[in-house]
Order: sequence, then structure tokens, then C-alpha cells
Amino acid sequence: MAFTDEQLERYSRHIILKEVGVKGQKRISAGRVLIIGAGGLGAPAAMYLAAAGVGTIGIADADAVDLSNLQRQIIHAGADVGKAKVQSAKESMNAMNPDVQVMTYREWINAANIRDIINDRDYDFIIDGTDNFPVKFLINDACVMMGKPFVHAGIIRFQGQLMTYLPGRGPCYRCVFRNPPPPDAVPTCRQAGVLGVMGGVIGSLQATEALKFLLGLEGLLTGSLLTYNALTMEFRKVKLARDQGCRVCGKDPSITTLIDYEQAVCDLRPA
Amino acid sequence: MSDQNAGGVDARVDITGVVCPVTFVKTKVALEELEDGQVLELRLSAGEPIQNIPRSLKDEGHKVLSVRLLDDGAYLLTVRKGGLAV
Repeated sequence: MAFTDEQLERYSRHIILKEVGVKGQKRISAGRVLIIGAGGLGAPAAMYLAAAGVGTIGIADADAVDLSNLQRQIIHAGADVGKAKVQSAKESMNAMNPDVQVMTYREWINAANIRDIINDRDYDFIIDGTDNFPVKFLINDACVMMGKPFVHAGIIRFQGQLMTYLPGRGPCYRCVFRNPPPPDAVPTCRQAGVLGVMGGVIGSLQATEALKFLLGLEGLLTGSLLTYNALTMEFRKVKLARDQGCRVCGKDPSITTLIDYEQAVCDLRPA
Repeated sequence: MSDQNAGGVDARVDITGVVCPVTFVKTKVALEELEDGQVLELRLSAGEPIQNIPRSLKDEGHKVLSVRLLDDGAYLLTVRKGGLAV
């Protein structure tokens, strides 16, 4: 596949980079990234990946755009309130870059559908842009079992963090955090609040990890948790080791099937 | 074709019709078609292109072999792909 003159101009700032070039941009264009959650993290990640020209972007979210989302979820506009988030996200991405094929999955991710969604386009890389622990553990377990790389992230108040899992390299999310906290033990961002830009900072870092992975670059956040505190303006990179006894990626895993953990009652929405 | 081979040039590209950074993009596209050690002849404009392109080529490990000012004010540059790589 050769780029058109228009594409060469669109991606010129990438192509002139030594680490990208025409070959790298072709890898980006052939790349397939799944974003789970079209919210605070998923919105900026999706925008930057679409702008970068990632060939296939899947986006999964069952929610509709709510007015309270617009404080941070920059892929949605005022006119989108009430519309399916995945549809609104697809329209924004394609308005910016028609090269991108956007696959929409208007579903809540659960143990029954996550494999099918990841297999749908055999995604190369998965972005966890979800807002609750049960799904974060589910994404981790599914990616470990399926041998898929993914980047975890979380944001709350003025804090954010992210970490990347590559199959066979470094710790998985469960090596570090073991089990979901009991329901209601940890506030969600719906209860606790979040500074809108936190999604922009951390979601953009997730998109960076996805692009670096597609380009075959080293130096991902494998075995490192990067934390950001916006109140003190401090980034910290904490080295983390793999747990040989990890229940999902360890030597003798006890978790071999996917399970749905209980969700905090306050987070369950009326149908 | 015999003219090109006589000058030891494997491909030619004219980037006088485009502006930065598409100048270097077109140069990279042409270079990626070549094997290491092959020679590309570039026709480029005065000003930004002649100031920046040779430096960018060196940064990426290519060896600029010659630069010649033409009668029409443009430059003719030859570069060996990967010529600086050890």
C-alpha cells in the first residue's frame, strides 16, 4: 500500500521522525487498537490514535453521552448528549480522519463478550479506559489468557496512573493489585470527582504506549507504574516485579476462566 | 537510463514543487525505495530546503556525496542511502 500525496502531507510530522518514517507510518496504518470505554481516558486516546492514522480502532461502551461527561470527554459535543458514546466517538474520529475504520461495540464489557470483541478484528493492542475495578481485572485476565498487550490506567480527583502489560514480559495488573477491592471500599470518580484534564494527560499517555507498540519501539511502561499527581505536579515511575505466584500469569495459575466481579451498588445504573 | 547509470545515480526525485516538511517526506519516500548503498539524486530549492535537507539526511545516517548549484538557482544533491552507518 502506498500513501497518497494527501496522506503523506497529513502524516508528514510523523514520517519525518527518524523513529517513524514511511515504514513506521505504514505500521500505524495497519495497526488495530481496541479502546474499552469512551469516557475520560478513552476520549483523548481515541482522538490521538485517529489523528495518528491507526487503521482500525475499536471502541466499546454501552453508555450514552451525558451532559456531565462533557467536562472531560472531549470526543463528544453538546449536540451528542443522549447519543450512544460509541457512535458519537466514531463520528468525531471520522470527521477528523476518514482513513480510520472505526468499529463500535455498544456493550458493557463482561466475561461473556470480551473474547469475541477482542477477536472481532484480532486487535493488536488494548486500551483500558474503564472506570471500575471489576472490568479492569476482567480486561487484565482476558489479555493475559489471550496473549494480548494492553495498557491499564486509572484517574481519580487529581491523580492518575498507568502501566503496560506485554505478554510474557513484566507483571500483569493482577501481579500488582491481586484482587478487586470490596464493592464500595474505593470511591469511583462519579462519587469522588476528577479534574477534567486528568483523562487528557493519562489517556494521551495510553495512546503513546499504543503507538510505540505498533512502531515496535522499546521503552514501554512494562514493569513500571507511572503515577501523576496534578496537585504537586509530580510524575513517579515505580518499578514493579512480576509475581511468580500470580493467580493469572504466574507459574501455576488458578484463574483459568473469566469471571465477572461484583460491582459497587451505587454504580449500577437503571436500565 | 544510461545517463543515470553513468552518474552512479539509482533514482531521482524533484522536491522543488513542495514545501517543508513535505520536502523531506518525499525524500524519505524515495530513499525507502532504495537499498543501502544506492544513490539518490535530489533537486531542491534554495532557502529552507537546502539548509535543512542535508542535515536531516545526515541525522538519519545517509551520506551526502555532492551538492551543486544549478543555473536556475535550484540545487542538485546526491546522497548515498545508509552511507554513514557503520
